[in-house]
Amino acid sequence: ASSQRLRSHLKLVGRQEELAAARAARLDLLLPEEPGFLEADPGEDTCTVSQGDIAAAVDIASAAKHFELRLEQFGPYRLDYTRPGRHLLLGGRRGHVAALDWQTKTLMCEINVMETVTDVAWLHAETMFAVAQRRWLYVYDNQGVELNCLKRFPGVLRMQFLPYHFLLATASETGFLQYLDVSVGKEVAATCTRGGRLAVMAQNPANAVVHLGHSNGTVTLWSPNVKEPLVRMLCHRGAIRALAVDRSGTYMATAGLDRKLQLFDLRTYRPLHALVLPQGAAHLDFSQRGLLAAACADVVQVRPSPSLPRKPYLCHRLPLPAHGLRFCPYEDVLGAGHGAGFTSLLVPGAGEANFDALENNPYRSRKQRQEWEVKALLEKIPAELITLDPTCLDRVDTASMEQKRQEKIQRLGFDPHAKAKFRPRRKAKGGSSAGSLLRRKRKVAHEEQRVRCGSSPPLTPKNLTPHPKKPHPSALGEPKRVRVVR
Amino acid sequence: MNAAYLQLQYIYQICNDCVILIAVPRNYDPVLHPFEVPREYTRALNATKLERVFAKPFLSSLDGHRDGVNCMAKHPKSLSTVLSGACDGEVKIWNLTKRQCIRTLQAHEGFVRGMCARFCGTSFFTVGDDKTVKQWKMESPEYGEEEEPIHTILGKTVYTGIDHHWKEAVFATCGHQVDIWDEQRTSPMCSLTWGFDSISSVKFNPIETYLLGSCASDRNIVLYDMRQSTPLKKVILKMRTNTLCWNPMEAFIFTAANEDYNLYTFDMRFLASPVMVHMDHVSAVLDVDYSPTGKEFVSASFDKSIRIFPVDKGHSREIYYTKRMQHVITVKWTSDNKYVLCGSDEMNIRLWKANASEKLGVLAPREKAAMNYNQKLKEKFQYHPQIKRIARHRHLPKSIFCQVKEQRIMKEARRRKLQNQHENLQ
Repeated sequence: ASSQRLRSHLKLVGRQEELAAARAARLDLLLPEEPGFLEADPGEDTCTVSQGDIAAAVDIASAAKHFELRLEQFGPYRLDYTRPGRHLLLGGRRGHVAALDWQTKTLMCEINVMETVTDVAWLHAETMFAVAQRRWLYVYDNQGVELNCLKRFPGVLRMQFLPYHFLLATASETGFLQYLDVSVGKEVAATCTRGGRLAVMAQNPANAVVHLGHSNGTVTLWSPNVKEPLVRMLCHRGAIRALAVDRSGTYMATAGLDRKLQLFDLRTYRPLHALVLPQGAAHLDFSQRGLLAAACADVVQVRPSPSLPRKPYLCHRLPLPAHGLRFCPYEDVLGAGHGAGFTSLLVPGAGEANFDALENNPYRSRKQRQEWEVKALLEKIPAELITLDPTCLDRVDTASMEQKRQEKIQRLGFDPHAKAKFRPRRKAKGGSSAGSLLRRKRKVAHEEQRVRCGSSPPLTPKNLTPHPKKPHPSALGEPKRVRVVR
Repeated sequence: MNAAYLQLQYIYQICNDCVILIAVPRNYDPVLHPFEVPREYTRALNATKLERVFAKPFLSSLDGHRDGVNCMAKHPKSLSTVLSGACDGEVKIWNLTKRQCIRTLQAHEGFVRGMCARFCGTSFFTVGDDKTVKQWKMESPEYGEEEEPIHTILGKTVYTGIDHHWKEAVFATCGHQVDIWDEQRTSPMCSLTWGFDSISSVKFNPIETYLLGSCASDRNIVLYDMRQSTPLKKVILKMRTNTLCWNPMEAFIFTAANEDYNLYTFDMRFLASPVMVHMDHVSAVLDVDYSPTGKEFVSASFDKSIRIFPVDKGHSREIYYTKRMQHVITVKWTSDNKYVLCGSDEMNIRLWKANASEKLGVLAPREKAAMNYNQKLKEKFQYHPQIKRIARHRHLPKSIFCQVKEQRIMKEARRRKLQNQHENLQ
């Protein structure tokens, strides 16, 4: 009786969830903004349209978003945008660090840290940022005041901030991947990746897994809870030069020394598209609406993904080779840091047009930011929940259930849920002959198998896989070694 | 259009020509809201922890009786009035909002064995050790008037309990046998008996109002039909039942508070086996009362604690105790489903919240929405081990904790013995 109630309850819950999803989808009609686009006249290509042409064609406010900062003194620049897309952080190789509101061009701070700067990253809000300097990792206030010098993080080459976990993941030149919890200031995990110098790093925004690219052409996926990589993929014949994951966590773009640009499906870890670029891409970034920007020496090319056509959507030549490439969230803007400073490029259709004010609000006031910060800290996800599948908490823990069932059988001495064997009842007048008994038994012969098949999805040509996979007992999933052979 | 104007429309909205609201545009695309399940899980964990932080159920203690509180009665029309009878024959009427006694009267010589209010709320009945049934006015007497019962009935035997019909001018008393009285007569309309021992309590069914149930000292529970003036059915348990209470929402369900530390919920149509056995007390259960929703009930036990049980679960969801509270004799759940009253033999009546972490008073709409959201989150993740561990954690007083452990060991030993016998027989 209780299983009947449970089944009806689950059905009701399922129906409610479907209703809720349908209602939320209908609210798409109320979205105020439309995404941008660029259409070329028939006979022309969009890749021949220059930034000047785009700036001339749009309104003044959008045209002001295309600007160039000539900073030739302090070396090639790395950059980072805050999550709402309002503030920009620039870090020059020779020590110049500047934080500014790039839309109103108000400078928040500008310092020279007197040391080589390898990477810069905003922390959870525009109040703090981290600078990876030659020796150690430093955390600064947005006024340029040094807050922390973290000596446990030597030789950091690349940093990625995991916003929902408040974790700063750092990849060092000695092959260490370290996670720092910026809300309490503790080092959560330090893994020796044994992959050599880690100069290529990206994060999957959908499940907070860190992707590292190695010099033997492999890409490894890491979680702070596991000492081995979760997945190891062979992507290129030479070293990996650049790595990017799109915001829904389905595609990964990699560029290698073999001048190829590959697009992988992250659900199956199989390659989708390959493109040969004459010079090979040194930097990659996905925009919110799926445009992929690739910086090949001093040329920045933007292509729509996942189709990746040969001819790019947009092209731009920077004064010197690029060192940093980032799309600005919620704006149709691509920022490129290069040897001569910083350039902000207009890319129509790159940014998400409609933001959700309760997640990231580009127009938030100080009070709203403070309220958001408190709420975000309260729902900070613990680092133990970082897995390949972010919805694994929703699933039934079949391993523990099995274990508990075995323990119960042991304790009680019998299985309380076992069904008694089917014995056909005696019927009158010829219904109990051997043949009719056999016929009745045959009806329920494969009931168990039928129940199992009924619960799994029907086999269509798409679903047919050669080896049906059994779910691994641990919640984190077995470290998979997938060799991608072409 | 300049940037400042475009920004303004995302910051402010002008409503009703003068009120300026902060604009919060929403986009429900799931790509914009990653980590749905872990974030909800963290929120559920926080909600569960906060529920434990704000669980402060004790409200106040009503002081004034000079002997242990033996019985209580709820006023059917007024939520803020409660009546209590003590072991020295005193009856006090309390105002719960002021937490004061508004009227005291000396009802009987000896214990006040039972009391009940009439369904209209204008009078109440008490029975005592002096073999009398008295009916009193609910209003206080005027200045200069003396406290006099409206009506006194002298009986031949001691009456141990009384209950009034929910709709008609009929009441039932129990003692030697169950008597059904008409209010205007001085002798009972009919006497019902089935068994040889005294009867400790009688209760009318609030929905099928002609049914009554009674608990006798020879370990049985007897159901009577008033229309036929006959006993209907009987169920005999292993130990004596102290009281029973009918479910105010389900016409045929009643819960019996038994001496063997358990409560049994029966369906009166199938008395062969109980619908649910509620096990959590470590000593005899003395009183039980249902919540007006019919989904939960509260039980008072000799082990100095009161427990709140859901009707469909075998274990309690809440336990209330205080160092000062000794054996709890009587318990009532108020008719607005918010409070629980318990009377103990150290002369105090205590007022508790039914939901320990509930915020009392008027809630702002946002507060209500946040509380509903948290409640739903807690329900969604209630089976996850970390959350379950925090939600069901209750600090128990040492006596109850040791008793629980001991009884678990005894039960385990009995079960193992039975299993070994079962195995060796095969």
